[in-house]
Amino acid sequence: MTCEPTRRSNRVPPAPPEPALRGFGRDLIARVLAGLVRRGEDFDAAEDALQEALLEALRVWPEHPPRDPHAWLQTVATRRLVDARRSEAARRRREEATHAEPPAGGPTTAQEGDDTLFLLFCCCHPDLAPASQVALTLRAVGGLTTREIADAFYVPEATMAQRISRAKRALAGPPARRLDRPGDLAVVLRVLYLIYTAGHIGPGLPGRPPDLAGEAIRLARQLTLATEEPEARGLLALMLLNHARLPARLDSEGRVITLDRQDRGLWDTREIAEGVRVLQSALAARRPGRYQIEAAIAALHDDAASAEETDWPQILAWYDDLLALSDDPARQDPAAVLGRAVAVGHVLGAAAGLRETNRLREVLGDRHRWHAVRGHLHELDGDLPAAATAYADAARRATNVAERDHLVRQAARARAAEPFRLEP
Amino acid sequence: MPKYLLLKHYRGGPEPHRPVPPIDQWAPEDVEAHMAFQHHVSELLEENGEYVDAQALAPARTWVRYGGPDAAPVTTDGPHPEISDLVAGWWMIDVESEERAVELAAYVSSEPGPGGEPLYEWIDVREVMWERPATTDPA
Repeated sequence: MTCEPTRRSNRVPPAPPEPALRGFGRDLIARVLAGLVRRGEDFDAAEDALQEALLEALRVWPEHPPRDPHAWLQTVATRRLVDARRSEAARRRREEATHAEPPAGGPTTAQEGDDTLFLLFCCCHPDLAPASQVALTLRAVGGLTTREIADAFYVPEATMAQRISRAKRALAGPPARRLDRPGDLAVVLRVLYLIYTAGHIGPGLPGRPPDLAGEAIRLARQLTLATEEPEARGLLALMLLNHARLPARLDSEGRVITLDRQDRGLWDTREIAEGVRVLQSALAARRPGRYQIEAAIAALHDDAASAEETDWPQILAWYDDLLALSDDPARQDPAAVLGRAVAVGHVLGAAAGLRETNRLREVLGDRHRWHAVRGHLHELDGDLPAAATAYADAARRATNVAERDHLVRQAARARAAEPFRLEP
Repeated sequence: MPKYLLLKHYRGGPEPHRPVPPIDQWAPEDVEAHMAFQHHVSELLEENGEYVDAQALAPARTWVRYGGPDAAPVTTDGPHPEISDLVAGWWMIDVESEERAVELAAYVSSEPGPGGEPLYEWIDVREVMWERPATTDPA
């Protein structure tokens, strides 16, 4: 096996914003759209009307800057919707645009929070496939352009445009059912986490547009303003506490650096502090869930000044809590069982950790991560030949070039039986 | 300008000019040099204005065919899965001529292997066909 070509994805130039959106805050646009959809407007029609209002704003605002851009856009977009219904869209545009200033007292922050939540629920509607939920959320709530979303997922722009418009069509008309069940929030959280991980497993090089992980954090932060649900804050904390380590995750050549070998001085202490604060406020509600627990584990890693000082017993205790959320963890949550096996290896010894991985052979035996964890545990056990074999097995199953290259290096290093040297 | 795929294979193709063990059994510094060369090729093609695309394929393979009405798709890992031809990935290039494609393929094949010596890997060069007919019809 040799190494295959390397995609030059970090050289993709940033997509120019769509003209109508240039110069407007994406938050502002998403909030206006959310307000329109919340009032029962058709999703697609609302977006068209808002686009027209933005074009109008570009023309009018330079000479007549509005006191309240949000209210101005909402008013004009609403009129566009009414116009569209009456089929007299072109008439009277200029007059009304210059007099769109509403009476004082726009929507309150609480209403806006509700609107954002509602729009998120629409975009993450359980009837939509995950890929559509992700795309629509980034488009409508995140305010990313179709081109930016397409770039982020390495698909042609036309493909992403089609995915988004199909999703919008699926949502046209009144919602099939009310979107306020607790399970709906779980779907929203999962979609935001999908967006985050899509950003996390990408090349992760600075300047690579768009920053999906950062976008997911921004959306999760908005969500925590709209709901008291502790799992929403748990998710935000989890993202922040993992994102904080991102600057240390790859070296200048794009090579993966595992947690135990990272330069902890590169970690973002501000993000860690915010993550811990958000996590504490979530845990105070005493309704733990998987995101809060995973955030707690991330916080313990972030808290260790060196890999040797990691509080593995406490991490293991949190993993026990995580597994307790499932009836049959090996089948329902194998990733958690695998994470726990690493903790077991550090607390009770590598052999105990390897025994824990055995119960996952059936479920995860074909996945690279299972072999990679076993390689790590064999190495912890001092059995370098077994580690080399496990890493090579993992490399053959990897579906990500950076991880595959990393696993090939691990295998070669273990086979050469030399202690790992930190990069100069 | 014509486009070509420079295909690399996990296995298959002519008899290796220089048989080598799998890369995970090379010395760590040889692994580094080999991987650095792959990055270098992509950068070089980009600087030359010849780069179109590069992709890597995971080695797991499934052959699939229609199973017939009301039947599940039929799958297999193929005949002789241990020795059959298996593509590992490619560069797609946009170049002046076939000569240039061959020149670049030979350069790709000079990638360092064990001991830093060239690997002499066989590269499969394939021209990409155009979607539309030529603008001028033959007389």
